[in-house]
Parts: sequence; C-alpha cells; structure tokens
Amino acid sequence: MYWIHLIKRNIVYSNRQYSKQVSNKWKSVVGLEVHAQISSNSKLFSGSSNEFASPVNNNVSLFDCSIPGTLPVLNKKCVEAGIKTAIALNCKVSPVSMFDRKHYFYADIPAGYQITQQRAPLALEGNLEFQVFTPGIHKKPYTVNAKIKQIQLEQDSGKSLHEDDRSLVDLNRAGAPLMELVFDPDLSDGEEAAALIKELVIILQRIGTCSCKMEEGALRVDANISIHKPGEPLGVRTEVKNIGSIRGVAGAIKYEIKRQIKVLESGGRIVNETRAWEATSKTTLPMRDKEQQQDYRYMPEPNLPPLHVAIGPIKNGCVNVDEIEKQIPELPSGTRTRLIDDFGLQLQQSIILVNNPILLNMFEEAVKGSTNYQLLANLLINELLTIVNKNNMDLENILVDGKTFSEIASLINDNQINKNTAKLIINEVITGDLKSPAEIIEKNNWIQISDVAQIEKICTNILNENKDIVEQYKKGKTKVFNSLMGKVANNSKQMINMALVPEIMKKLLSKM
Amino acid sequence: MDKLLLSNIRNARKLLHENYITPKDLLNSCLTQAKDTNHLNAYITLTEDEGNKQAKQSLERYQKKEATSKLDGIPIAIKDNFCTANIKTTCASKMLENFVPTYNATVYEKLLNAGAVLVGKTNLDQFAMGSGTIDSIYDSTKNAWGYTEDDYYIAGGSSGGSAVAVATGSCFAALGSDTGGSTRNPASYCGVVGLKPTYGLVSRLGLIPLVNSMDVPGILTRTVDDCVLILNTIAGHDPKDSTTLTKPYKEILLPSSGKLSVKGLKIGIPKEYHCKNLDKEVLDTWNDVAKLLDENGAVVKEISMVNTEHSIVCYSILNQCEVASNMARYDGIEFGLRADENSSTEKLYATSRSHGFNEVVRNRILTGNYFLLTKNYEKYFNQALKVRRLISNDFYKAWEDVQVLLTPTTLSTAPKYKDFVKKTNRDQCAMQDFCTQPANMAGVPAISIPIKLSKKGLPISLQIMGRNLSEPMILALAKYIENIVKFPGVK
Repeated sequence: MYWIHLIKRNIVYSNRQYSKQVSNKWKSVVGLEVHAQISSNSKLFSGSSNEFASPVNNNVSLFDCSIPGTLPVLNKKCVEAGIKTAIALNCKVSPVSMFDRKHYFYADIPAGYQITQQRAPLALEGNLEFQVFTPGIHKKPYTVNAKIKQIQLEQDSGKSLHEDDRSLVDLNRAGAPLMELVFDPDLSDGEEAAALIKELVIILQRIGTCSCKMEEGALRVDANISIHKPGEPLGVRTEVKNIGSIRGVAGAIKYEIKRQIKVLESGGRIVNETRAWEATSKTTLPMRDKEQQQDYRYMPEPNLPPLHVAIGPIKNGCVNVDEIEKQIPELPSGTRTRLIDDFGLQLQQSIILVNNPILLNMFEEAVKGSTNYQLLANLLINELLTIVNKNNMDLENILVDGKTFSEIASLINDNQINKNTAKLIINEVITGDLKSPAEIIEKNNWIQISDVAQIEKICTNILNENKDIVEQYKKGKTKVFNSLMGKVANNSKQMINMALVPEIMKKLLSKM
Repeated sequence: MDKLLLSNIRNARKLLHENYITPKDLLNSCLTQAKDTNHLNAYITLTEDEGNKQAKQSLERYQKKEATSKLDGIPIAIKDNFCTANIKTTCASKMLENFVPTYNATVYEKLLNAGAVLVGKTNLDQFAMGSGTIDSIYDSTKNAWGYTEDDYYIAGGSSGGSAVAVATGSCFAALGSDTGGSTRNPASYCGVVGLKPTYGLVSRLGLIPLVNSMDVPGILTRTVDDCVLILNTIAGHDPKDSTTLTKPYKEILLPSSGKLSVKGLKIGIPKEYHCKNLDKEVLDTWNDVAKLLDENGAVVKEISMVNTEHSIVCYSILNQCEVASNMARYDGIEFGLRADENSSTEKLYATSRSHGFNEVVRNRILTGNYFLLTKNYEKYFNQALKVRRLISNDFYKAWEDVQVLLTPTTLSTAPKYKDFVKKTNRDQCAMQDFCTQPANMAGVPAISIPIKLSKKGLPISLQIMGRNLSEPMILALAKYIENIVKFPGVK
C-alpha cells in the first residue's frame, strides 16, 4: 500500500528513448499498484465460492460476514497462486510471511478490518521488464524495467450499492482473494503504464493465477502520479484509483499529468489526494476524502500463524516453492525472443503477436504448415487484424484457425493466388465460410492467372482500350506505365499474377 | 439427589448406567437447582428445551446400550460467549442481546457429540471484560459462599456464572474462557477447579474473542478427575482454528489418588508472586501447601521470574489493542444491535456502538485504538510484545530448574461486592489478574484448585502452572493436593 517516493529511479535506459519529458519544463513519474483477484474456487480465508456474478449475497460464509467467533483458515491454493505470480515476476519469495489487520470502518468491510500482509509480505523485490510500443504513438519499441516492491495476499471488500434513501451491501466479493502488487515509481507516462499492465495481464493469464478480466474487476489498477522539474525533487503525488481498463490506465495518467502541469503553471499546488478516473468524460475527479490522514492502525492478525513455505533447503511449509517454479510456462518475454530467434520476426511483430494471444496461437499453429514466417506474420498482423476491424468484429469470436493461414501462405508461395486474393479469402473465412482456402478459390474462381498467353491477351486488350496512354508512353512519358499496370490489375479483378505483367507489357509496348 | 448434584461425573455416570436415574431426571434436578439458586444469577439462559431434547437422545442411547461416552447424559453449562446454534449467545451485552448463532463452537459440538446435556448459558462480564461478573446487562452474579440477602461476595470473573453453576451443583461441569484468568479467578473465589489449558490445545472456534492471542476455553469442575474428562473431550486439533496444535491429542489418564506421588517433583515458588497486596491468609496457605509437598518428597525451591511485575501492564495494553480490533465488527450492519439512525452510515455505526457497549468496552476500544496509531505502535504495542517475550522467557528459564510452579490464584478471598465496585474495572483487573495473566502471556497451562476455607468461610485456592502441554503433570499434582486438602465444597 505504501508508495515510497524517495526510492531512486534506476531504470535500465539502454533501449529507452530518453524523451519522456512531457514538456521542456516537466518530468512525470508514475508508480502502479495492482489488485489482481486470484482465480481460485474458494475465498482467501473461507470455503465459500469465489465465482463472479453469483446471486447477491450468495457466496457468503459466516466468516465472510464476520459473525463473532469465526476464524480465518488460509486457502492453500491462493498461496500457490501468489507464489507462482511472485516467481513469474522475479520476486524473492519470503520463507516466512505474516498477516496483518488493516482497520477502517466501511459497510462493505464487515469485520472493520481487512486481513492483508503489510509487515512481512509473501514476496519482495521483483521486477518486470517489458516493451513499450503503441503503434501510432511510438515509432519503435523500447524496454522499461519496473521494480516490484512487494506482493501480498489480502482480502477483497464487498460492494456497497447506494440508492437515494438507502444503501445495500453485497458481500459476495468480501474476502475474495487478492494479490496486491506494488511497483516502484519507475514509469514516466501512461503508455508505459499501459504497456506494463498489458505485459502483466499476459503473464498472469499464462500462469493462470488471475483471469485479468478488467471489466469484471478481476484486475484493478491504482496509479500514483507526480510531476517535477528536471533536477528538482519529486513533486506531490496524486493517486488515481480503480482504473478498469488498459486504455483507461494510459488515459487517466495522461490526463492527470496534463492536469498537474496546468495547476502548477497557473500558480496552484498539487494536493496529495485520491482521484477517480471517469472513463466516459476522460477526466479524473477528487474522491471522498476518507483517505486523508486515515490511520489504519495495523496489527498482526493473531488468528493466523506465520505462513511458512518450503523453499530450497527449507523443506517444511504450507506449499513447496521449488515445485511451483517448475510449473511456470514460457513467459511473454521468452516468447518474443523465440519468435525473433526461431522465426526471424521483427521485435514489433513479436510484441504484437505476444500482446494478442489469439493471434499468437494462430501463428504458432500456422508455422507448423508453412515456413514462410514473415508472410504468416504479415497475414495475421496486417491483413487479418485490418479485416477484423473493418468488419467490426472481435478476434475472440471468429472461427478461424492457424491452419487456414498456413494454407493461404502456401497458396501464395505456389503462385496460386496473390495477396489480394488472400485478403478476399480471409474475409470469406471470418465471415463464416467454413470451406478451406483452396475450396474458396475454386468456388469463386479466384485462381491467379499465371498463364502467359492469357496475360498477353488481357494486356493487349488494355493497350487497345487505352490508345492515348500508349501514345504518351511512346512519347517518352514512361511514368504512365504504372497506370497501365493498375488497369491490368483492376481488369482482372486483382486475380492476375502481377509479377509476370511488367515484362509482358513491355514486350507488347515495344512491338507497338 | 441433592447429594448427587454435588458429587462427581463418574458417580452420576454410574447411576445413569445402572438405570437408577435417567438423563432427563438428572437434567431436571439440575434445572431445579438452577432455579433454586436463581438469586445467585449464574445463568443468562436456561436451555430447558434444548437440554430435554439432548437428554431424550441420551436416554435412547442408554436404552440401546450405546452410551459409551463418559459424558453421556451429564448436564453441563456453557459461558454465554460460546456460540450455540439456535440458542442466543449474548456475551452479557446489549450489542448481542438478541444474537442467535447458526453454528456451534467446536468445544460445544464436541461435548454434544460426547452426549453431554446443556443446562444453560452462564453469566459473564460484558464480552468477558472484567474480573467480577458484575458488568453484565443481566446483573451481577453472586458468590454462593457467604451469601446473605443483603450482602454478598463477588463470584470473580469473567466466568463467574460458570463457577457459581458448578459450585452450586446446577451442572457437573461448565466451560469458561480464560484470557487473563477469567476461568481461574472465579474458580478460586467459588472453590472449584478451574483449568486454563495450553494455548492451542483447545479450539477457539465459536468462542467470541476477547484477545485472540491469549483466549483459551477454560474448564470449571468440582473435581480434578471431572476436569480431565472434559479436557479429554474438548481438546485436539481443529482445522477451523489455525492456531490449534496439529499434533494428535493424547487422552490423559490419571492414576487413582492413592497411587500418586510427588517424590522428586521439582516445584518452583516464584518469589515475585509474593506481591504487596497478597493477603496474609492466602500467603499462609501457599506456604502450608509448599511445606506439605516438601514433606511428601517434592523438591520445593524458590525461584525468580524477574519480569512478572511488568506483565500486567503489558497484558493490559495487548488486551486493549486486540479488543479495539475485535470489536470493530460490531457496527450494526450484519448482526447485533442496530440503532434507529438513518442520517448516515457513520452515525449509524457510532450510535449502535455507543448503545451496544458498556463503558468498560468503550474505554478499552478507545485506548486500544490509541495504542495502535502509527505514531504509538512502537512505543506501546510493540513494546508490550517484547515484554511478552520476556515473560515467556522467564517461564522457559524456570523450566530449566523446576517442573511446575505453585502460586496463589488470587491475592485474596472473594471481595464483597460493595468493596469491589469501589475500584474501577481497570484497577480491579490489574489486581485480580496479577497471578493469572502471566500464564496467558506465555501460553502455558495453569490450574486453580481450592485448598481450604478462610476464617470468614471463603475459599482459598492455589494455582499450579507447567510448561506447554504439561496438563498431565499439573492435573496429577492438582489431584494429589486435592486428595490431601479435602476441600469441603458448598453445602
């Protein structure tokens, strides 16, 4: 919870374009705190279900509603998930961690305190290295390394629902398991923050410890933002709480930096406050000031003995860290390296594929059937994504597999079709044609025209129809050649093998 | 029948077994006795219906010869801070006046599984905060010893109701809770046996907490053997209480008193327990028993536990901090008293809490929260934890020299109510808990046993403490002493 502002920035700048000054005068500093709900069957300290969207107050045990005399029992699965996450984020897992009570009165926190790990958290001192690359904003990717201060297990709160004259409480979420990940303020803008969250989401989804469904609140981001002049100490920070989407993270931080600059430049001062991100108006607004000077009166949780884990030479513990480590799959950075090393992709391509698990899956499947890796990457990243967007569709909902793309790539390689036809095929496939690419070509008669005689015939027709252009060409205006080429392409509904056309065309022209 | 009621569990069990009496007869006699001693105010709730149901089931087991448990059909009472399903559990407070739990405390569940029959829920100081059983919304409990209509001695507390119930024979055993002496203190004043088991030996699930790190369910009985029977029933690992020991519990079997010996037993007399408020008669009793044990072959020696005097202050700080935390859940939202206050949620909390808690509780909450403030945490709470460690170390050091400790339980015999209330709850606790709370700070087992009557005819008791899980030893020594001193019991 504590965001220490004094920690010196120590980023590996090797790949970073050092142009993060938002204006000549100001530098911005951003730190994140992430609450990730653990994907577990039951809650952190009780046996009730941890299912999303259950009927109101259905997943509530006696402990969850703080009935006197009930006691917490730690869910081993949540410890495993926390440790798996810690390992994936290069943290040092604590052989012994402890639980604390954090007190505050709020209707959705039934015990009057939250059980968390303030003093001796589950894991410490990790780091997350990630690529920052937002097409349209960054020309090329750069690396940022954000340090992780700690990872702690803690209880989620319930939800208060306010009506005009009354408030209601839903305790389904109360006591749900959370991992809180506290990052050092190693970031400098919203894009970096969004890239960090994106990378984190992929990691957590791969290791299966959090669904990361931000729309369900499974992953919530708090951002600490301050600005200062170069060479001066860090400024007063504000905290933007509960940002619920990745673009929201970028937007909220961008807005907040701009707002702070505006305040300071107009002679105002920044107050240490909690603000909320309003996604619809794209602004941050001050929240209730309950946070101000709140003293949480932390105290060790007496009902839970210290949490011991088996690690290295320590053989006794609630879970075995070394065993968990073996379950960690390839992480996104590893995948990017593999895509570059094994398939010769560019860094940009590897970032886009890794950031899009569905595309990546298709790619991994497609490379089994075609070795033209660049072509495959292009088809997926450029063609498929463009067509999906044009059709206003969602990648998740389309019924197309990687095999289709390896087939398309083979067809292109074998000169059966050209890239234009490939687009048409992709369009057919994603709009529901379940035939194979070869069948689609057959059906639509889209086979590429590579027969020289046939091409000659088409070209002759074009030349005959465009005597004036031919005339210009003859007079030495050779630029018009391209226009003739275009007419050939259009005339053949883009089905002609254009690679063969220039030579044939030149030959015909020279005869005229 | 009256004689049986003041007898022990084994006798009652024998009569049940031989069909001289039925569990229902026994329960009804206990209920009658409870009503006859109603003026002592031991009970908050008599559970006639529940008890009769349980007695009926017990009878069926006896008829089918399936009543194998040593507690089958035995009437018991439970302090009203243990949750009992469908029976209101009030903590003697306005806050929980109408609180009916939907689950059983593990200890109660275990007693039920052993065939015990519930007579009722006994009186206590509000949320077990007190040492007199006078701070209850159901009025104070009165000591049976020396009772007259216009004057009475306090029962001790906070498990005063349980102690009086056992002393007067309205049940054969009762559960109390012990955080700083709440079982042993009233046991001492009421002339019954009171055991505080090792922390972690008995489940706390369903015990409405006072100080989680010190609370243990306590046992009040008229004899040491009865105490063993109850302990054997309720002890053991509870997966729902993470602080219980996972090591399987081994039943305690004490030899008959004739076969017990103290030869060679190393008994320590910690000199720091000889404090300035110690009553002369209690001191004499302490010396007499030490001498007696010495004469019977025990090695009795004076030892020093240097940090004893600091214990009570630290106990008080830790107590108030945990109280502040534990009481935070009583906000009138999910259960308990809710004030008729709709202007704001904060107002609703404040009004519910100030109506629901008495001054003692409110004071402890306030003080505890003060100690827990970030700026005070190191100075008070953490410092108290460090001293707590020193207290524990005193015990560890003692075990290098001796096997058990013999001390007074209380500094005097039971005070008169009118004298007791002259001091505040806080001052009383500081004095009353002097000898008892170190065992809670260290987690070690301790037992109070009645020794004799004072000149005024009030019970004087002594306390035996041992290292963690040394219940077999301290119970054996208690039984040995019990057999020699032959404490008379309530007439």
